[in-house]
Amino acid sequence: MEALDKLKERFPQAVLGEETSCGQAMVYVDRNYLLEVMKFLHDELGFDHLADLGGVDYLGWKGKGKKPERFEVVYNLYSIGKREFLRVKVPVPEKDPWVPSVTKIWQVANWFERECYDMFGIRFKGHPDLRRILMPEDWKGYPLRKDYALQPEEEWPEYDKVRAKARELCRYEWGDRKVREG
Amino acid sequence: MGVEKETVEVAPDIRHIPGTPAFITPVDKLINWARTGSLWPMTFGLACCAIEMMATGASHHDLDRFGIIFRASPRQADVLIVAGTVTKKMAPIVRRVYDQMPEPRYVIAMGSCACSGGVFRTYSTVQGCDEFLPVDVYIPGCPPRPEALIYGLMKLQEKIRREAGHWGFWR
Repeated sequence: MEALDKLKERFPQAVLGEETSCGQAMVYVDRNYLLEVMKFLHDELGFDHLADLGGVDYLGWKGKGKKPERFEVVYNLYSIGKREFLRVKVPVPEKDPWVPSVTKIWQVANWFERECYDMFGIRFKGHPDLRRILMPEDWKGYPLRKDYALQPEEEWPEYDKVRAKARELCRYEWGDRKVREG
Repeated sequence: MGVEKETVEVAPDIRHIPGTPAFITPVDKLINWARTGSLWPMTFGLACCAIEMMATGASHHDLDRFGIIFRASPRQADVLIVAGTVTKKMAPIVRRVYDQMPEPRYVIAMGSCACSGGVFRTYSTVQGCDEFLPVDVYIPGCPPRPEALIYGLMKLQEKIRREAGHWGFWR
C-alpha cells in the first residue's frame, strides 16, 4: 500500500509492525509518535475521515500472535479522496494507560475517546473534556475490561437510593401495590 | 326491596326505572367504567419494545378505539408503560416520571427486560423495573406483539373495574 510505504519512510522509528487482515492494511504505531503520525496521515496522505476509534482488552489472549501490551487502541481511517481505508493500532500498557488525543486532528474523536476512556480507562492526553460518556459519572471501574465482574458486588449508590426511596414511598400507594424486595 | 321490584336490570348491576330516563348503579361501577374507557398511557419507550408500542398505537392495531391515547406528559397520564430495557442510569428518571403522575396511576412492565432484566444480566441493567416501581401488569415477550400489549391493557382494565374505595370524600 502506497500510504503505508510513505509512512514507513517518514517515521521508521514509529512503525512497530504491519499486517494485512482480510485485505485490510494495518499498521502498529508507537504511542509516543502517534500524534505526528496521525497529523502526517491526515494532512499529507489525505486520511481526512476518522471512521471509528475503539479500545481492545487482550487480557488472557489465546488467539494468533502474541500481544506486547494488554490494551490496544484502534483507529479506522478513511480517505474520502482516495477511497481507501487504513487501520492504525496503538499498543497501550496496563500500567499507565495513556494515548495522545487526536481531537485536534479529527473533531469526531472527542466522543469516541470519551467512550474508550469510559469503558477501558485509557486516558487520552490533551482531550478537552475527558469525562465518562455512557456510564454515570460516579461509576467505579471500567466495564469492558476483561477482569470487570459481570455483576459487581457493590451496587451503584444512586441506584440504591432510588430503591430505598421507592420502598419508602410504597406506604402511600393505593391498594397493595408494592415494589419487589431483595 | 322496593328498588328491585320497581326497576328492571338492563345490564349487570345497572337498573332502569321504567317510564323515566333514569338508571341506578353503584357509583364505583360508574366511575370505574369511565376510568377504564380513558386510560391514558405515558409514552415512555426505552428500547425496541417502544417500536411495538408505537405499532400498537398506530392505525392497524389502533389503541384509540379503547380510549387509550398516548400522552406526552406524565401530569396527564394514568398508566406508565415501561417499554424496554431499564438501565441503572435511567432508573432515577423512570422513577421521577412515575412520581410526577397524578393518582390513580398504574404501571405496565412491557417486555422481558422490563419484567426481569431479560437477557441482560449485567452490571448496567435493572433486573426488572419492579425493583423500584409497583408494577400492575407484566407482559412477557421479546418484544411482545401488539396483541399482547392490548391484552395487558385489558387485564389492567379488569383490575380497575374491580377497584373500590380509593376515591370519594365520604369514605
